[in-house]
Amino acid sequence: MDFQLTADQKALRAAMRDLLAARLDRAALRAAVERPALDRELWRALGEAGFFALRLPEREGGVGLTLADAALVFEEAGRALLPGPLVATHLAAGTEPGAATGESVVTRVDGPLVGWLAEADYVQGDAEGAVALRSVDPLTPLHRTRGTRTYVPEAALLAAAEQVGSASRSTELAVQHARSRAQFGQPIGAFQAVKHLCADMLVRTEVARAAVYAAAVTQDPCEIAGAKLLADEAAVRGARDCLQVHGGMGFTWEAEVHLHLKRAWVRAEQWQSAKEAAEVLAAAL
Amino acid sequence: MDLTCTEEEEAFRSRLRDWLSKALPRLPPRPDPSDWPARRAYDTGWQRMLYDAGYAGLHWPVAAGGRGATPTQHLIYLEETERAGAPYVGANFVGLLHAGPTIAAEGTPEQRARWLPPVLRGDEIWCQGFSEPDAGSDLAALRTRAVRDGDDYVVTGSKIWTSHAEVADWCELLVRTAPIDASVPKHRGITWLALPMDAPGITVRPLRTLAGSAEFAEVFLDEVRVPVAHRVGAENDGWRVTMVTLAFERGTAFVGEVVACRRTLTELAATARRNGAWDDDETRRRLGALNAEFTALWRLTQWNVSASTRGGGAPGVGGSVFKLRYSHARQELYETAARVLGPDALDLGRALILDRLSSLSYTIAAGTSQIQRNIVAERILGLPKGR
Repeated sequence: MDFQLTADQKALRAAMRDLLAARLDRAALRAAVERPALDRELWRALGEAGFFALRLPEREGGVGLTLADAALVFEEAGRALLPGPLVATHLAAGTEPGAATGESVVTRVDGPLVGWLAEADYVQGDAEGAVALRSVDPLTPLHRTRGTRTYVPEAALLAAAEQVGSASRSTELAVQHARSRAQFGQPIGAFQAVKHLCADMLVRTEVARAAVYAAAVTQDPCEIAGAKLLADEAAVRGARDCLQVHGGMGFTWEAEVHLHLKRAWVRAEQWQSAKEAAEVLAAAL
Repeated sequence: MDLTCTEEEEAFRSRLRDWLSKALPRLPPRPDPSDWPARRAYDTGWQRMLYDAGYAGLHWPVAAGGRGATPTQHLIYLEETERAGAPYVGANFVGLLHAGPTIAAEGTPEQRARWLPPVLRGDEIWCQGFSEPDAGSDLAALRTRAVRDGDDYVVTGSKIWTSHAEVADWCELLVRTAPIDASVPKHRGITWLALPMDAPGITVRPLRTLAGSAEFAEVFLDEVRVPVAHRVGAENDGWRVTMVTLAFERGTAFVGEVVACRRTLTELAATARRNGAWDDDETRRRLGALNAEFTALWRLTQWNVSASTRGGGAPGVGGSVFKLRYSHARQELYETAARVLGPDALDLGRALILDRLSSLSYTIAAGTSQIQRNIVAERILGLPKGR
């Protein structure tokens, strides 16, 4: 047993982080928030980097990697707040034309909500009569549907990986702010009340990350449900605590924190909700 | 990321499983929890069985008399012994998980030869003399004094929350060898001593806990003479030696209990299905969430163990992350147990309820959750020290 990242996995993660840092820096993210539309050029760049074809066998033009490798890449997507129907398109690689290369955008009706419906080239599932919502997340357009959820464990796992990336980023943002913002003559991070918020954020993230990585390796449906449950909690509570650490600044549109919170809320309802996950986990006892 | 065991590790598991199935039926009945001499005899008897079978000090280095097992084998051992319902380390806790590893890491060859084999054989029991009435979480504020007199230290003071003191042969004792002086950090004047518990001048008074039993004791030291040869590490260097001990305590000491919690959770689910508590949505989902919790804590342990195997040496501050989450998860387990049991949750005759009471100590012992959060914030996240 060596439950650590291999050298190849570290390289894969670093490459994804570099790509997203170059393509989706803070300025690009701000611009996307003001003009929410899917960046097709970025989508194709992701395709070229193998983001969607990662798990497709090499003989079918894919990269032939595992779900665990994909989890690392999706974690980076979550950190960077990368928008788009990432999981649905990734799952459609090899079945929908152009999905693997990022030439097309695929979304999927997953229960009562569907994201990016208007922008998608292919829609899986029945979106008949879907009604547009004013989505809480400025970077995820949402429609309400009458669809029911068909549970796809891999999708829940990849969404959980994104949540871990987001939770991790929220922790970093909170710590950066707590070290630099001074009040009462010292950095606010020297106050235990602030310190303890940050420590709890890290603990939730680390526990969720261990759960997500292990579930990605074992692919056990019960472990995946546990990973989704813990990752949703880490991302949602992490963003809320990060907002609190930022004080008044955290309540502004300008700060990045609200975007992490809103996306975490959306993902918590996608693929497997907390209620559904808890039922799977209870049934396994 | 590889979670599979090697063929060699699987062979180790099956040999252990086989031995456990033969050894456990030979155990005497479990003693009454309040009968300390009987508990000592039971726990040391089990230790002797482990020793004879070659499983004592599994993860200790070979030079210290251990088996030098890999961390993965140690995890397999914890998993299998808990799964089989084998006794917990009990009265051997301090010797096997604290004092022993500390002496193995910091002691002289003579000290290792004197103290380690009896721990492994179950011949000698250790207790922990760290906390004092005015030095709990602020451990460095301890005031028990040791004054050098020829080849002895003369020790005067008192200790509290000393687990197993009534039946211990030795105490890992922290004493102050340099006076508290405002110009020097107070942790600089501390020394680690091995105190024989039958030395003249020692008085042990059992302390009754909220669970009704006497789990620890107060220890009073009145001019107790301890040979200088019993000092582990240098004089005034006891704080560093202690940090070695605490890293072990936070890093690995609770690990086996995670498996035990998973077993308790499964039994609780069976009870809930029998008594109808299962039909309550919130209760059932809380049980499900606890399933996620203990599975994740086990995976986190594997992550930490893999990391320290690659990094080498003692477990790092990752132990604080684990300890924080685990201690709260354990308490949540018994809160949920109370929901499942209903009125029976008020019956002290149920083992679960005694466990519920004892779980209240987990967020306090070995550094409170508040202290652990400071450690995580300052040493992992790099936040500034403050008040």
